Amino acid sequence: MRYLPKSPAERQEMLVAIGARSIDDLFASIPAEFRLKAPLNLPGPMSEHEIIEYFRARAAENSCGYTSFLGAGVYNHLRSVVTDSLIQRGEFLTSYTPYQAEISQGTLQAIFEFQTLMCQLTGMEVANASMWDGSTANTEAVLMAERLTGRRRVVVARSLHPEYRQVLDTYTRNLGLRIQEVGFTPSGQIDAARLETAIDNETAAVIVQSPNFFGVLEQVPHLGELAHAKGALLVTAITEGVSLGAVRPPAGADIVAMEAQSFGLPPSYGGPYAGVIATRDKFVRQMPGRLAGETVDTAGRRGYVLTLATREQHIRREKATSNICTNQALCALAVAIHLCLLGKEGLKELAEQNLAKARFALQELEKIPGVRRAFSGPFFNEFVVELPRSVKMVNAALLREKIIGPLPLGSFYADLTKRALFCVTETTPRAEIERMAAALRQILSKPV
Amino acid sequence: MYPSDYRYTKEHEWIKMSGDTGTIGITDYAQHELGDVVYVELPAAGTKITAGQLFGTIESVKAVSEIYAPVSGEVIEANLALSNAPETVNSDPHGAAWLIKIKLAAPAEASKLMDAAAYQTFISDKEKETSA
Amino acid sequence: MSDRIKKAGRHVSQNEGLIFEQSALGKRGIEFPPLDVPAVDARAALGAAYAREGIERFPEVSEIEVIRHFTRLSTWNHAIDLGMYPLGSCTMKYNPRVNEFVSRLDGIATEHPYQPQELSQGCLKILKMLLDCLVEITGMDAGTLEPAAGAQGELTGLLLIRAYLEDTQGQPRKKVLIPDSAHGTNPASAVIAGYEVENVPSDERGQIDIASLKKIVNGNVAAMMVTNPSTLGVFEQNIATAAELLHAHGALLYMDGANMNALAGVARPGDFGVDVMHLNLHKTFSTPHGGGGPGAGPVMVKKILQPYLPIPVLTEKSGRLALENHRLKSIGRVRAFGGNFGVLVRALAYVLAYGPGIRQATEDAVLNANYIRNNLEDVYDLPYKSPSMHEVVFSDARQKKNGVNTTDIAKRLIDYGFHPYTTSFPLIVPGALMIEPTESESKQECDLFVGAMRAIAEEAATNPELVKTAPHSTRVSRLDEVSAARKPILRWRPCPSGPCLR
Repeated sequence: MRYLPKSPAERQEMLVAIGARSIDDLFASIPAEFRLKAPLNLPGPMSEHEIIEYFRARAAENSCGYTSFLGAGVYNHLRSVVTDSLIQRGEFLTSYTPYQAEISQGTLQAIFEFQTLMCQLTGMEVANASMWDGSTANTEAVLMAERLTGRRRVVVARSLHPEYRQVLDTYTRNLGLRIQEVGFTPSGQIDAARLETAIDNETAAVIVQSPNFFGVLEQVPHLGELAHAKGALLVTAITEGVSLGAVRPPAGADIVAMEAQSFGLPPSYGGPYAGVIATRDKFVRQMPGRLAGETVDTAGRRGYVLTLATREQHIRREKATSNICTNQALCALAVAIHLCLLGKEGLKELAEQNLAKARFALQELEKIPGVRRAFSGPFFNEFVVELPRSVKMVNAALLREKIIGPLPLGSFYADLTKRALFCVTETTPRAEIERMAAALRQILSKPV
Repeated sequence: MYPSDYRYTKEHEWIKMSGDTGTIGITDYAQHELGDVVYVELPAAGTKITAGQLFGTIESVKAVSEIYAPVSGEVIEANLALSNAPETVNSDPHGAAWLIKIKLAAPAEASKLMDAAAYQTFISDKEKETSA
Repeated sequence: MSDRIKKAGRHVSQNEGLIFEQSALGKRGIEFPPLDVPAVDARAALGAAYAREGIERFPEVSEIEVIRHFTRLSTWNHAIDLGMYPLGSCTMKYNPRVNEFVSRLDGIATEHPYQPQELSQGCLKILKMLLDCLVEITGMDAGTLEPAAGAQGELTGLLLIRAYLEDTQGQPRKKVLIPDSAHGTNPASAVIAGYEVENVPSDERGQIDIASLKKIVNGNVAAMMVTNPSTLGVFEQNIATAAELLHAHGALLYMDGANMNALAGVARPGDFGVDVMHLNLHKTFSTPHGGGGPGAGPVMVKKILQPYLPIPVLTEKSGRLALENHRLKSIGRVRAFGGNFGVLVRALAYVLAYGPGIRQATEDAVLNANYIRNNLEDVYDLPYKSPSMHEVVFSDARQKKNGVNTTDIAKRLIDYGFHPYTTSFPLIVPGALMIEPTESESKQECDLFVGAMRAIAEEAATNPELVKTAPHSTRVSRLDEVSAARKPILRWRPCPSGPCLR
C-alpha cells in the first residue's frame, strides 16, 4: 500500500524487537469475541488514477455547464489560483493547531493577520481565529450574549437565514432560552416597531442579518439603539462578506457573526467554510474559540501564541465558553490570503461590480410583464422578485435552458410563495443575465 | 510566612478579621501552585456570598482556580487594582493582592477556620503527599 | 548543538513582518475582468447612510508580495510533510495529495448546496458511499455526515440521546457520566446538550471502573461517554459490561471515536455495545488538520436512534438520492447546508485507497506505538502498564527529579527535528508525554525519534538547563505567554506615525 512506509521485513523486525510473535499479539487486549474474523466489506483498494476517475465520474453527474443565480448564504465569487496554491503548501496544510508556538509561528502569525482583517472588515475591535461556519458562529454569538447579560430571552428577525434560525433553535432548545421572532415590513427590513415592543428587560440579544436573507440592508445603528435601550445586545449576522466592501460595517452591533466563504472559498456543496465572531474588547473573555495574540520571546523578538485559552474546553471543560476545538483554520487562512490579494481597492471594486450586476439583472427582470421587485429596501447583490407563476415551475423550465434559477422563498416562508431570491455576482456575465431574462420572459409568456 | 492574625481554609483562602468586616485573599501556597496569575474575576460590591460558595476565579495561562468564600457576608469592595495588575497575586498574596472586603453575616463562622499554625501543618502534609 | 542530532529542523531566519506593514497605497494582488454592465456608484445605489468609504489601513500589496509573505510564514511551521508529528490523540497521519486534488475538481468544489437535487446526484452518491463505508467500519446501523467537527459530533450524539429518552421514556434524564481521562470537549458538549456532568474516576489500570460505575448508574443517568481506546491508548476491556450496565438502567453508551484509527478493520464499536459515536475524519480518515481545521465529525448510530438524526437526511428512492428536510422526530439542524462536504470527499478518497486493507494501516499504527514504547520504557516512567494500542502515555516523573518537565522535553524534541508529542494530557497522568506515531512513520523515522527521546533523557540527567531552555534552533525561542494573557494584543493596530520598529 503506497501510503504505508514499511516493508514486510521491517514489520517482522519491529515485532521481534517488541517480543511479539505476530501482529495479533498486539491486539490481544481486545476481547476475542469482538475481534473481526473477516475483512471489512469496503470498496477498493484503488490506485490514485482510479480514485480520480471515480470522482470525475461523480462530478459529471452534477451541475457542470449550468449558469446559476443562487446565493442565499453561499456565493460564487472569483477566486485566485494564488490562494489555493499557498494553502496547499504542506507546511500549512499538514500542520496541527499551533499549541507549540515556537514551531508554529507561520500559522499563528497568519491567524493574527486574519483576526486583524476581520476587525477591519466588520468594524469590531476583536475577532477570533474562526468558527465552523456562519450558522454556528451566529448561535455561539447568541450564547455569548446570554452569558454577558445573564438574560434568557432572544429576539430574532424572521429575515435571518432560515437555516441559521433552525441551528439556533437546535442549540438553545435544551438550554431554556426563549426565542421570539419578529417579521419584516414591505421594505424587507425588520419591523422596527414590533421589535421595539418585543425587547424587554429579560432580552439578552436581538439578532438581525444584514444584508438579510432577502438581500436587504438593515438599519443596524437604529436597531442597536433599540436593543441597548433595554440593556440587550445586538448580534448582527453577515452571510455575504463582500458586501462590506461597499456597505458600512454594522455600527451599533455588539457581536458580529459572519460567514467568510465569499472570500476565496468554493461553494463545495455546503462546506467547509469559515465562521467568524467579532466583538468589542470588553467582551473578549466571553468569546468562544481560539485567539492568537502578540508577545515576545526570551530575546525580545516579536512572536505569536494562542492566548486567553482558559475560556476553552481543554482547560475549563464543562465551564468553557464553547465546546469548539477544531475550527476552520485552513479556510481562515484562505480567506486571509484572498483578502490580502484583493486589498483595499480590489475589495471596493469587487463590491461595486456586485452592486452593478445585481442592479442590471433586476432591471432586465423588471422589464418582463408580471415580474416586480418584492421589497423596496436597499440591497447589495441579492434581491427578491415576485413572479406571476410558481417559482418551482419556472425553475424547472429554466433548467431546460441550462440555467439554475433563483431560490424559491416558499420553501422557507409559507407566506412568500411566488417570491424568488436572485443572486448576481461578478462571476455572472452580462450575456448570461440577458439569456436568463429572455428565457424567463419566454416561460412566462406561455399559457400555464 | 503565613500571618498569625489571619484564618485559613483548606481551599487556600485567607481571611483577616477586623470588627464586623473581613478581608479575603488566596494564600502564598495557592499562588505558587497556580503559577503566573494573568486574570482575576471578582464579584461586584453588594453581592451576597455564602461560606463555601464560589465567588470568583483566578486564572493562570493554563489553569483556572475557583475561589470559595471562607465565611458568609456581603461584598463591600473588590480589589479592582488586580484587573490591571494581576501579577500582584504572585508578588504579595497576603497583602496588596487582597481580593474582596466583606461585611460579615456571622463573625463567629471564622473561628471554625484554621489558624496559621494549623494551615502550615496542612500544607506541609500536602507537600509530602505529592512528593511521595 | 549535540552532534547526535541526525535530523535537522528547517526554520528560515528571515524576518517577515506583518502584511499590514508591507502595504503601500495603490497596490493590489488581484484584478477583475472589466465590468460589462453600467457601473453604479455605491453612494448613489445604497444611500449615504449605508455606503462605506474604503477600509482604513486595509492591506495593499502585489501578488508576488502575497506569495512571498505566506510562503515565508509557512516555513516557520512544522508539518507532517516535513517529518514525524507524534501528537498523541491528534493522529497526525499522512494527508494523501490525491484527496486534495479530487476535492477541487470542477463539479465537486463548484456545487451549490441549494442547486436542484437532480443536478447533485454525484455529490449525493459520494455522501451515500461514505456513509455506507462508515457504517461498515463502525458496525453501526446509520449515521449523519452533517457535524462540522468532533465536538459538534459529540453535541449531535448527545442531542440524539436526549431526543430518544424524551420520546421513549418521557424525559431526557439529567446526567452524563464522563471519565476523568476524557477530552475536554466531552463535558463542554454535554453542558450545551443541557446535561449535568458527573466525572467518573478511572481504576488503577486507567480503565472504566465497573464497581464504581455500578454505584452511580441510576435513572438520572442519560448516558456515559467513553473514549475507546481510552486517552491512555488502552482498549477498554470492560466496555461491553459497561454497555450492559447502562442499558439495564435505560441509559445509553456514547463512544468518542477520536481513537478509531486503533480499531478500523480490527474491531467494531457496534459489536461491543456502543449506541452512538462520532468519528473525527481529520484524524482516522486522513483529512488534513490545516493548522487547526476544518474537520468533520460524522455521527454513527444504532437503529433506535435513527429517527432522531439531524436534517437533512440522505434518502434513496428508486435509485434517486435526495436530502430530506422534513423529519417528524429529528433533533433539527446542527449547522447550515450539507456539512463539510469537501472534507467528506477527502475521507472517501482515503477509504477507497485502502478498501478492506484499512486494517493494515491500523496494524502499522499499533506496531509503531508499541515499538516506541518498548524502546523508551527503560528511560521514561510508564504510569499505566496496560497494553498500548495506537499511542503510549509516559510521565516525566523521572526527569522531574532534575527539574525537567514534560514541556521541557517536548520543546527539546523540536531541536531534534520533531514536533513535540502531546503534553499534560490526559489529566489523570501528571506530567504526561502522550506519543502517537501513526502508521505513516517508517521504521527509520521511529528509530530517529527513539534516538532523540533517549538523548533528551540523558540530557535531562546531565545537562538539565539545556533541556529547560529549549528549543534552541527555532526562529523564536520560548514565548512569553504570561504577558500575552495579561495584556492581550489580539490584532494589529497602525502606529500613529510611520512604521513601528520594535
